[in-house]
Amino acid sequence: MSRMDKKLKSYSINIGAILVIYILLTLLMKFGIINSYYEVIVISIGINIIMATSLNLATGYLGQLALGHAGFMAVGAYVSAICTSHMNLPDTLQLIVSILVGGIVAGLFGILVGIPALRLKGDYLAIITLAFGEIIRVIILNLNITGGARGLKGIPLLTSFNSVYWITIIIVAIIYTLIHSRHGRAIISIREDEIAAESVGIPTTYYKNFAFSLAAFFAGIGGGLYAHYYTVLDPGSFDFMRSIEILIIVVLGGMGSLTGSIVAAIVLTILPQLLMDFADWRMLIYSIILVIMMLFRPEGLFGKKEFSLITLLKGKQHAFNPTPNSHGRSE
Amino acid sequence: MPLLETRDLGITFGGLRAVGDFNIKIEEQELMGLIGPNGAGKTTVFNLLTGVYLPTEGVINLDGENIVGKKPYEIVQKGISRTFQNIRLFKDLSVIDNVKMAFHHKMKYSTIAGILRLPSYWKEEKEIHEKSLELLKLFNMDHLAYTTAKNLPYGQQRKLEIARALAANPKLLLLDEPAAGMNPNETKELMETIHFIRDKFKIAILLIEHDMGLVMGICEKIVVIDYGMIIATGTPEEIKKNKKVIGAYLGE
Ligand SMILES: Nc1ncnc2c1ncn2[C@@H]1O[C@H](COP(=O)(O)OP(=O)(O)OP(=O)(O)O)[C@@H](O)[C@H]1O
Ligand SMILES: [Mg+2]
Repeated sequence: MSRMDKKLKSYSINIGAILVIYILLTLLMKFGIINSYYEVIVISIGINIIMATSLNLATGYLGQLALGHAGFMAVGAYVSAICTSHMNLPDTLQLIVSILVGGIVAGLFGILVGIPALRLKGDYLAIITLAFGEIIRVIILNLNITGGARGLKGIPLLTSFNSVYWITIIIVAIIYTLIHSRHGRAIISIREDEIAAESVGIPTTYYKNFAFSLAAFFAGIGGGLYAHYYTVLDPGSFDFMRSIEILIIVVLGGMGSLTGSIVAAIVLTILPQLLMDFADWRMLIYSIILVIMMLFRPEGLFGKKEFSLITLLKGKQHAFNPTPNSHGRSE
Repeated sequence: MPLLETRDLGITFGGLRAVGDFNIKIEEQELMGLIGPNGAGKTTVFNLLTGVYLPTEGVINLDGENIVGKKPYEIVQKGISRTFQNIRLFKDLSVIDNVKMAFHHKMKYSTIAGILRLPSYWKEEKEIHEKSLELLKLFNMDHLAYTTAKNLPYGQQRKLEIARALAANPKLLLLDEPAAGMNPNETKELMETIHFIRDKFKIAILLIEHDMGLVMGICEKIVVIDYGMIIATGTPEEIKKNKKVIGAYLGE
């Protein structure tokens, strides 16, 4: 089979899988098998996938530890909610416009944080993003337009299963194809060895800021979807712990594996629901899972590999195809 | 006009003048050696030429253009690429991806074209894939294209780093102790490779090397530095007889 045929086949399988899952979930909801309680979980999974894959772009692929992802989510959530309250478009269009505005403002904050922080080598980004997350929260607490500590209420319910599903698919697809382009290679080269990357002609500062602000942009969109689903915003939901929860998903799934982030996002969204009775213990359970991971599988469940349907369907033993190492061979 | 010319190039690190009054001229397709005792400032010269360090004095002209103050990636795009004394590969990536990285600035498709996989993406990626394989073939490494770089034997890692530097399409290639850690056989093969590269790619090469046999064997011209200063310049024959050089090496 020629490479082109293989690509076409792999595309059709992926698109097929996406449609099948969509139809399945829609039917399950229609017939009430997924009731409104479970629907919350399904939508949270989508939002968490957006948050985790975007953080993976910054932390897994670019290799910069970012501890303020919830801050960008908060910016996107509040900005998009405020945007909606000042406009009056048809529902779907309004949602798209609002979350895009939220995402863009979050992306601008990403540039603002990234330009000074990414210049410095070492763990400055971790510290600065951590500070950023806290500052954003404090600012939201003290502004009128955000409702301060009382929170922002009465946001119209515009997010639906449909919108979350398709936006999640689009974002994951964008990150995936980006990573497998020359621009993605440039991002990965920085994680591998920044000095070597410069020495082969890659403008590292540009790509660091690009990847980081793109991650912030997607986090902002995740926040926008969140705002228009829960219809109330409380600054407390975007605290440091939220950033850490997203980071845990990325680490658990594997830094540099999108499929890993997706699987981990599903598991870590459902798990706490099953463990409702142990809510107080959640962070402890997370910590234990992390410690066990670090001991036995420090690279995360999936390492840097992607899970591939086409290889699985062919019945090969290894359904994982290494990425991005095997550019051109396995796509 | 020489390909590269430095005038009174130098750098001082908080009181220590690591390199000073450094004047060299490299002609097109010239193979030049840069030698000197440990700590003489050889690697520092490379770091100055490639923009890793900003010189505190002097000028670097590449094709008549002063490149002082340019960023390392800009200097690569202008035509100087290098290898490192302590190999710096993208260790967790495949051999071929290591090479592809250096084609980055030659590729043109936009971010959007990459994300949407427009025809320009497929076309250029295919081109680069083939070019990378071709380059690896020259180094007899095409069968290793999908091996993870860190799993290569040491000698192959050195070769891959040279292949990657060549992929950046330089006019001047800087090699920092390419034979370090190689056995005599590998060193001999490397000498042949370096000659071959110069003839095949028609580029100039500046080479730092401790292995005197290698330098004397292949370089047309040799520059000797000690304590950051040039103490001699000439053909291998002239350098062998130079009193100052003998002194610096024997520590008289
Ligand atoms: N970034 C730096 N800061 C301070 N001093 C430096 C720096 N880089 C190099 N030096 C000093 O400059 C001098 C020359 O170092 P350099 O690495 O260029 O030597 P070299 O000739 O390459 O030696 P070797 O043969 O051991 O590789 C040394 O004294 C070194 O300590
Ligand atoms: Mg050195």
